[in-house]
Amino acid sequence: MTALVETPGTPQGLWQRLGNLGFFQEAAPIVRVFLRNRPAVVGAVLLFAFGICAAFAPLIAPADPLTTNLRLESVFQPPSWDHILGTDAQGRDVLSRTLYGARIAWQIVLAAIGVAIVLGVPLGLISGYIGGKLDELIIMRIVDALMAMPGLILILAVTGALGPSITNSMIVIGIVWSPGYARLTRGIIVSIRNDVYVDAARALGATPWRIMWRHLLPNAVAPIMVLASLSAAGIILVEAGLSFIGAGVQPPTPAWGGMVSEAYKTLIRRNGWPMIGPAAAIILMVIAFNFVGDGIRDAFDPRLRNVR
Amino acid sequence: MGSFLIRRFAQGVVTVLLASILVFLVMRLIPGDPALLLVGQDASAEDIEQVRERLGLKEPLVKQYVDWLSGAVRGDFGPSFTKGAEVGSLMTVALVPSAELAIAGYLFVLVVGIPLGIFAGLRPGGAPDYAATGFTMFTLGIPNFVLGIILIWVLAVELSLLPITGRVAITEDPLEALKFLVMPMIAVGAGTAAILARFVRASIMETLNQDYVRTARAKGLRERTVVLRHAMRNALIPVITVAALQIGFLISGAVIVEVVFARPGFGSLIIDGVIGRDYQLIQGMLTVLVTVFVVVNTLADVAYGFVDPRIRVQ
Repeated sequence: MTALVETPGTPQGLWQRLGNLGFFQEAAPIVRVFLRNRPAVVGAVLLFAFGICAAFAPLIAPADPLTTNLRLESVFQPPSWDHILGTDAQGRDVLSRTLYGARIAWQIVLAAIGVAIVLGVPLGLISGYIGGKLDELIIMRIVDALMAMPGLILILAVTGALGPSITNSMIVIGIVWSPGYARLTRGIIVSIRNDVYVDAARALGATPWRIMWRHLLPNAVAPIMVLASLSAAGIILVEAGLSFIGAGVQPPTPAWGGMVSEAYKTLIRRNGWPMIGPAAAIILMVIAFNFVGDGIRDAFDPRLRNVR
Repeated sequence: MGSFLIRRFAQGVVTVLLASILVFLVMRLIPGDPALLLVGQDASAEDIEQVRERLGLKEPLVKQYVDWLSGAVRGDFGPSFTKGAEVGSLMTVALVPSAELAIAGYLFVLVVGIPLGIFAGLRPGGAPDYAATGFTMFTLGIPNFVLGIILIWVLAVELSLLPITGRVAITEDPLEALKFLVMPMIAVGAGTAAILARFVRASIMETLNQDYVRTARAKGLRERTVVLRHAMRNALIPVITVAALQIGFLISGAVIVEVVFARPGFGSLIIDGVIGRDYQLIQGMLTVLVTVFVVVNTLADVAYGFVDPRIRVQ
């Protein structure tokens, strides 16, 4: 790396400048600890695979996920080379629907976490930095009240009342998850807001906004990433539950929870196995997010850095 | 201890009040006219006006809330829009089967979660630890309704060991009631048991590294005494809080499990409320559930302060 002449505009130049900024010096040990954690790597690979499924579902899927075929010989086909996971009650290819389901799952997870971060983090940042009555008596009490709510039931009630749809699920799940982000961010900010470098920035005349954004927030990024990964697991579970009840993504859109629910209706007639694909997908994705979350948490823990 | 109790109690009351305001506002801000829902689509304009008047929907929001709250405190949550009964009496009826399931599920959590965590934590890396970690990973990943369906599939459909769905009251026929309760109980409790086991394991491992445990060993006490008398008692103190917090998750999760097993209870009632857009019903149920949550958390804090004096001073 050092032997290369820096040429702006070329990829090497860009990498080198990033390197000069200390980006890699800081990131390298974190990545190293993460890669040493075998479950975390397995989880990351799984999530990447789900990502590929989601992005390229139309190219990978052997059949259209919505095309029904109601002839008697087409429904409830056992697994075969034509239909690797068989067909469901309406003769649709279960593998294709499961692959498209990865799309729905990723969309909801990313959107809901986005909403939760956008609402929760600024609230925690402001509340933690300004402190005083606004923090203690107003914002944190509202956060407490929101966190005291039974999450799933609140989401169920609100999405049900607004009308079940994928967009409503994303927004409502995001809102219900946001107090966790607010509380986490606030805790970190309160613990560092009197540090010397913050005083120094203030003495130099930095605005409160700049102090919060440039000096305080970067300290909260790692914990927020851990929380995001772990809450992704919870979001998958809640969304699957909502779709299972019928208050989430509506059929015929292939959401995993809804697919399990459809197959459950025919379980008594010994035709329950179209649920195996989506059920396995839910379980794998939740486990993967948990593994990755634990991995990120350990990777950011400096105590683990010099352990072999 | 006295001031600690008062402070904790006051905090709980404030949280419940705020939560009830939030629930009230959410239910009022959602589009849709409750009066229209109550009288039906083809009612005349005068009828709708009349119902609005009767439900107090024309009053200012603050007065509506205060009226509702003063009723709720006395157990009067108003009439259900869709069920032709009082919300309070509907909830009372639904409470029994739900409480049955919640208590059974929670017993399962304690009986499985704590011993599993202890065995795993005493010998990290040993066979019980691997078994416990495997169980934990699986049950943390599996949604409770999927676990319920798998149980039904294997135990009821394929092996015909247990009845598939429904409920028998435990007062009528205890043995039969238990048969109906086994699978929902496991489905509701397994994930929570896994979380508890993980926490107990970590707590035991940390305690076994403490100096006083080394001292106890060094003075030649038997390992059993060291573990049971010195380590365990301290290791299980923080478990109280976590175990209590899990009650909330358990009640939340039971909603879907009740649907899977077609059990009557809070779950089916709240889903009826959602499908019928019965705001009055949902509002009452959410408020009651929040109160249960807060009471449980407060009791947990108080219990924690009781066993660990350091918590009281702050």
